[in-house]
Amino acid sequence: MAFVQQSSPHAHSARPTSKVMLWVILAALPGLLAQTLFFGWGNIINVVWCIAIALASEAAILKLRNKPVAFILKDNTAAVTGLLLGLSLPQFAPWWVSGVAVTSAIVIAKQLYGGLGSNPFNPAMVGYALVLISFPVAMTTNWAEPALLWDKAPSFAETLSVIASAKQTAIDGWTMATPLDEYKHKIATHTADEVLAHPTFGEGFAKGWEWVNAAFLVGGLVLIGLKIISWHIPVAFLVALVVMSLAFGSNEDLYAPLSLHLLAGGTMLGAFFIATDPVSAATSHQGKLIYGAGIGVLIYLIRIWGNYPDAVAFSVLLMNFAVPFIDHYTPPRTYGHHKARRGLPGGGRN
Amino acid sequence: MSSTIKLWDFNGGIHPAENKELSTSRPIQSAGVPAQLVLPLQQHIGAPTEPTVAVGDVVLKGQKIADVSHGMGVPVHAPTSGVIESIGDYPVPHPSGMADRCIVLKPDGKDEWCERYPIADYRSLERDEALAIIHSAGISGMGGAGFPTDIKLRPPRDRKVDTLILNGAECEPYITADDMTMRERANDVVAGLKVMAWILRPERCVIGIEDNKPEAAAALREATQGTQVELAVIPTKYPSGGEKQLIQILTGMEVPSGGIPADIGVMCQNVGTAVAVAKAIFEGSPLISRVVTVTGEAVINPGNFEVLLGTPLNYLLYQAGLQQDRVSRLILGGPMMGYTLTTTAVPVIKTTNCIIAAVASELPAPPPEQACIRCGQCAEVCPMELLPQQLFWHAKATEFEKAEHLNLFDCIECGACSYVCPSSIPLVQYYRYAKGEIRVQRAEQLKADRARERFEARQQRLEREQQEKELRRKERAKAAAEAQANKKAEAERADANGEAADERAAKSALVEQALARKRASTEANNAKVAAPTEPAQKKPDIDIKALEKQFAQAQSKLETMQAMLEDAKAQQADNVDKLERAVTKNHDRVKRAEEALADARKIQATPPESQSTE
Repeated sequence: MAFVQQSSPHAHSARPTSKVMLWVILAALPGLLAQTLFFGWGNIINVVWCIAIALASEAAILKLRNKPVAFILKDNTAAVTGLLLGLSLPQFAPWWVSGVAVTSAIVIAKQLYGGLGSNPFNPAMVGYALVLISFPVAMTTNWAEPALLWDKAPSFAETLSVIASAKQTAIDGWTMATPLDEYKHKIATHTADEVLAHPTFGEGFAKGWEWVNAAFLVGGLVLIGLKIISWHIPVAFLVALVVMSLAFGSNEDLYAPLSLHLLAGGTMLGAFFIATDPVSAATSHQGKLIYGAGIGVLIYLIRIWGNYPDAVAFSVLLMNFAVPFIDHYTPPRTYGHHKARRGLPGGGRN
Repeated sequence: MSSTIKLWDFNGGIHPAENKELSTSRPIQSAGVPAQLVLPLQQHIGAPTEPTVAVGDVVLKGQKIADVSHGMGVPVHAPTSGVIESIGDYPVPHPSGMADRCIVLKPDGKDEWCERYPIADYRSLERDEALAIIHSAGISGMGGAGFPTDIKLRPPRDRKVDTLILNGAECEPYITADDMTMRERANDVVAGLKVMAWILRPERCVIGIEDNKPEAAAALREATQGTQVELAVIPTKYPSGGEKQLIQILTGMEVPSGGIPADIGVMCQNVGTAVAVAKAIFEGSPLISRVVTVTGEAVINPGNFEVLLGTPLNYLLYQAGLQQDRVSRLILGGPMMGYTLTTTAVPVIKTTNCIIAAVASELPAPPPEQACIRCGQCAEVCPMELLPQQLFWHAKATEFEKAEHLNLFDCIECGACSYVCPSSIPLVQYYRYAKGEIRVQRAEQLKADRARERFEARQQRLEREQQEKELRRKERAKAAAEAQANKKAEAERADANGEAADERAAKSALVEQALARKRASTEANNAKVAAPTEPAQKKPDIDIKALEKQFAQAQSKLETMQAMLEDAKAQQADNVDKLERAVTKNHDRVKRAEEALADARKIQATPPESQSTE
């Protein structure tokens, strides 16, 4: 009789990485639904396309690396990367823009660094930043107009044909500058009231965008409730953004109001789904708070004083750079120790 | 009462499926007497005991059959009467499946007790006497570690135990040995606790029990009625029964890293240990049996058994109705910290609290290991507040120094991190590996340090010997020079009317001598200047010194060579021949130098006279 030989513990909880990732995907669905309701079919098409490219490019690289393809694809992490890009790219972004974004995310930012768990940068945001810098026209002119403003909403087939065409710009009547973009570029020459009179703004909020952000917020809260993500990064992120906005942006004639910062652009998607990517985020609770707050501060700085209307990708990537540093100085205090052991072994610090 | 006790929480923790009800439906049963008892000589932490019986001896139940000869430990007793069948190596319960020295006892079926000395009023004893009884009853911690109880009950003099904690948390799933003991033997538990409290005189005495054992808590509440003992019912959360965690829950204090609970005035004892202490004092019985949980879905009658120490597991599993065809994994201890067995041919020992015969679906093998996604679940549940994912990273990269810096050695291997890991990484295994490697490195470092110290000491010794030799040589040379001077002075004195050695004469002789020397040197200088072709007068002196130096050098070189040759011979190195040749060569060189020196001295012995007569 041969008994199974195994090192302790012998019991395991049943929530593998693949399920964690599946929950992330499910929690993002309300947001996708809101995007579809308020901005048309573009996001769904993008999501499907991006996930397909993500899986294909991951499979190709895994094959080259002689890794078990099916086993690793089943962890669903490539699908999540594709999903996040599909959710964050402009609705009418041409297929090749999203293709480049996803491929570089998976191949360069993830697999070339060693695959899952070894990438220092958030793959989706690497892809996003790459296409944002490389194809600024395609990345700024293809945002869908809120569905409420469309005379005749583009059908699924029409949307698909726009995305499938190789052109950098979509049809004028269907697209519009994003609220953050609008505010950023108009406020220098207009008063806040004048800017907010633009149809992209609703009752002081960004039309449609506020629902999308609210839906991502709900999905994010579900993830926190399921203990798939911890509250530290999103809370620190949002608190920092609010504090920055209150500290600097009280004058609406100069800077976008707090409501726009929270409910326009990629704020909630960034706070709950992107910044919380565990691989590229800080580790300890304290570290996560610093990391999240850093992103919030950077988003505000770039949105207000930078060249880009939104800044989730850049802020996340910049804080990814800081993660090893943050981790180094924020280990938790271990039971039975007076102080946390910071720094390097043998270093001057305790 | 329990509601008034302030409780603290510890970081993290998990709630695995308890599966305790499997083994709590029946009261504790006696497992009976097997055909053979195998008693390992080491069932505790410390040094193994030595047998005090020989093969063929007839022993009575409770008779001491092995005792401590050196180091820390507790004796072993015969669990029943019978004959010593053999003493030798048999498989013992150990993760490695190793064999160790055991005494094999063949029961005679009479179960005849030896003389026992129960003590009704332990308060009439000296505390040392009570500790001696606990020691000779062979009691060691029964919660798992097996630390000798009498030693634990004697904390360092400067450490006063303020709080005595009885650990009845039993947080590991499946195990119910302590639970059933508390339910059925609450009075023994409290009696044993009182004895320990009397020995330690703490200010506070508290029993910690998880709230998933209401029956046991009720029994203890009744047993502690009217006593000072507090009963703390704590929330069920693994690993609340870990010593450090229970202390934190009940006192809010943390045991310092690398320290013991007594450092903060706390001591933990196990429920089973308390019962053993009560039996030792009030019945005079040594520790010869214990309660063991036999559970898992592969046994038909899971439950708790009162088992004689040394009972083979296969006998015990048979009692519980093991289904041979269904069992896939056999675990000694709990599912979180226990280890798998390769064979059932190992005995129950003092620390055996549970055996799980699990079917395949019950504790399935984890899925293949995936990449760590740094999700931090492990850090969330770590009761020691470590960073398991960083430790894993460093352990995997063999960056042990960094792992140690992140307090690897504070890990209690509770397994909570592995339990929650979504990538099913066997984290604890990585930590054990890293700890093992670091221990090996430390041992090697120690060895290297010792070797270096030895080498340096040898170098110093050789140097010292060399210096001493040099000193002796110089002294010899000085003595020789003095002797020569004396001889010369005597000769001069003999010239200056021999025996009349009055002070004045001596003084004038000295002055004369000095003058003569002065004269001689000036003359010599003049001669040198005048006749450089005749330097022979001064030369011998210089030659002698050079030769002496040469001789000394050759001699020391020869010694070094000889030492090297000896070393080489001892190590059977392959350069022995070469060294032998070198030694002979040096030997010749020394001889030559000696001869040259002797010749030079001979030459020198003559010229001074000619010089002085000049």
